[in-house]
Amino acid sequence: MPEPSTLSARPRRDWGQIALAYGIYLVLLLFVAAMALLSPNFLRVTNLLNIVTQASTVAVIAVGTTMVILLAEIDLSVGSVAALAGAVTAGVLKAGGGADPVWLLLAVLAGLAIGTALGALNGALTVWGGIPSFIVTLGMLSVGRGLTLLYTGGRPIFGLGGGFSAMAYGRVGPVPVPIIILVVLYTLAALFLHTTQLGRYIYAAGTNRRAVALAGVNVDRLKVGVFALAGTLAGLGGVLLTARLDSAQPTAATGWELDVIAAVVLGGTSLYGGRGAVMKTLVGAIILQLISNGLNLLNVQAYWQQITKGGVILLALLLERSIRRVRGGDEM
Amino acid sequence: MGVATDGALALTPARFPPWLALEAGRQGNEWEGWNMLRGNAHRTLQGTPRRALRWLLAVAAALLIGGATAQATYTVGLSLSTLNNPFFVDVRDGAQQEAQLFGIKLVVTDAQNDLNKQISDIEDLIQQKVNVLLVNATDSAGVVPAVKEANAAGIPVFAIDRAIDTSTGAQVVAQIASDNVYGGRLQARRVAEVLGSTGNVVELEGIPGASAAIDRKSGFESELKSVAPNVQIIADQPAGFDQAQGLNVMQNILQAHQGQIDAVVAANDSMAVGALQAIQQAGAKRPNGQPIVVIGFDAIDQSLSQIKAGAMDSTVAQQPKLMGRLGVDAAHMLSLDSLMFSTLASGQFMPVAVQLITAQNLPQ
Repeated sequence: MPEPSTLSARPRRDWGQIALAYGIYLVLLLFVAAMALLSPNFLRVTNLLNIVTQASTVAVIAVGTTMVILLAEIDLSVGSVAALAGAVTAGVLKAGGGADPVWLLLAVLAGLAIGTALGALNGALTVWGGIPSFIVTLGMLSVGRGLTLLYTGGRPIFGLGGGFSAMAYGRVGPVPVPIIILVVLYTLAALFLHTTQLGRYIYAAGTNRRAVALAGVNVDRLKVGVFALAGTLAGLGGVLLTARLDSAQPTAATGWELDVIAAVVLGGTSLYGGRGAVMKTLVGAIILQLISNGLNLLNVQAYWQQITKGGVILLALLLERSIRRVRGGDEM
Repeated sequence: MGVATDGALALTPARFPPWLALEAGRQGNEWEGWNMLRGNAHRTLQGTPRRALRWLLAVAAALLIGGATAQATYTVGLSLSTLNNPFFVDVRDGAQQEAQLFGIKLVVTDAQNDLNKQISDIEDLIQQKVNVLLVNATDSAGVVPAVKEANAAGIPVFAIDRAIDTSTGAQVVAQIASDNVYGGRLQARRVAEVLGSTGNVVELEGIPGASAAIDRKSGFESELKSVAPNVQIIADQPAGFDQAQGLNVMQNILQAHQGQIDAVVAANDSMAVGALQAIQQAGAKRPNGQPIVVIGFDAIDQSLSQIKAGAMDSTVAQQPKLMGRLGVDAAHMLSLDSLMFSTLASGQFMPVAVQLITAQNLPQ
């Protein structure tokens, strides 16, 4: 950090430094501009709100995954955990029968609890079982999906009553509820990571585990806690998805772990841990959804969509990295 | 055969048993043997008289010869992947009905979705010296060793619902499975019936490259061209057979084509239900102010309840009972004339008709 000094105050703006910090935002603006030129329907308020709402489920899950990746770990199980949490919530709602707010709360809490439990199990197996998180969560990906199929009997749970889907379709003024949830969640996460001691430990443990341990922090417990939190957030994503679909699908959120990781990496978080910012993960998630939206608006053919989507993600990463290189640095 | 007649037949199954009515409306890719088999020969005769006559003579001869020699102990083995799924329970029930009708002994095994159990199931059936094997594979490639054992024992094998991999030398007489191309055609005919001659349709495709997605799409598009050439497909997007994707993709398409969409045709019901949600949330209507027509595929409970509520127009249902019956029919036919299938390539596709479900013919 530059020390505040009246003597060496630089009158020139440091564009390189700004680009370094805000590269992903520039990429977002570039994409928005490109889409606005390509499709007259893109820059409508409804369309823009749609994009953020559509991104909200993946973005909620990505908060937890960002923290896991900051610790130099990985979580591949989030899609399955989200599906199971969503199914349990739907199951409890069905059992309650009706839009009683107490049942509603109970159902949501049940979903979050399942997510937290599986997340904590991921953490415990990684830390105390000594198995790499890549393998642990790959196993949980399979177990979670199996449990979801078992719980639902392979069939969608639907007919959940109107009150629940308000979580996804309600509005506060002109703003959809999922967007409010996103803003609150991301603000809390950013405050937690950047201003609290625990948050700073997460960054530090990602780069130098030993130093943090020597400072008297129980890194093992910290890790298990972060995995559990990632599970809770995956659960929340699953609950939101169930509200959005007004049903729990046994195959819901299949493959989402890749979307989530793509969002985190697009946001510039290093897969080696220790570097990254949660707000940029949100931008990453929105860019991903923006690409899908653009492909639909332009009616791109199915096979070309896969090629285009992958290509555009790589292009976004290249752009972001080359903007960083303007200043030669690779630090946050 | 005129198209209008086909549509009418397909939509009024009450006049015939439903599968019979649908068989009559099929064109192009049908396997004529089914019509002969169902005593429906005259319909085929209208189309391709010479070939049909040859079939008719063959079957008549086979019945005469076979009738004299067929024994009550003719045994068919049916190896199912699972009975923990209503679809396959219906396959079994259909097979049992047909077996009873012909006095065939049917032995059913349930692999409980376990490949190893299925292989030993099939080995047991071979030991019991069944005359024909109907195999609903838990895994296309995994079941091949057991099929080869049956081949070695000289027992003909039919694949039911799921294909068996014949690329590594396994011999399969025929693959009996639902006709997805025909289902796509039924969707197109329904579009023509509801919209009339003009309108704008949104098409939601399944997982790019999946065979069901390709077949349903090609059936729909080719039939729409012939029954309603002036109906435009204004958007054609993949949504992965998934409700969440169906919802997102439809939201986006609604932005691109505000107030222009008359109908949505989805390659499965999950996407159709998702699209319906997007339409309802946006409050979108047809250009003439009426509700947008949503047509799905698979007849899952979620969509049937929407059709019942009047929110969704229709869906296409597979007919698992018919699939079971036709499996036993094929085995029976083979017992009457072992040359019956000799002209077919190994693994020839024998399609099972599917059925359009609207509010008028909802299952109870």
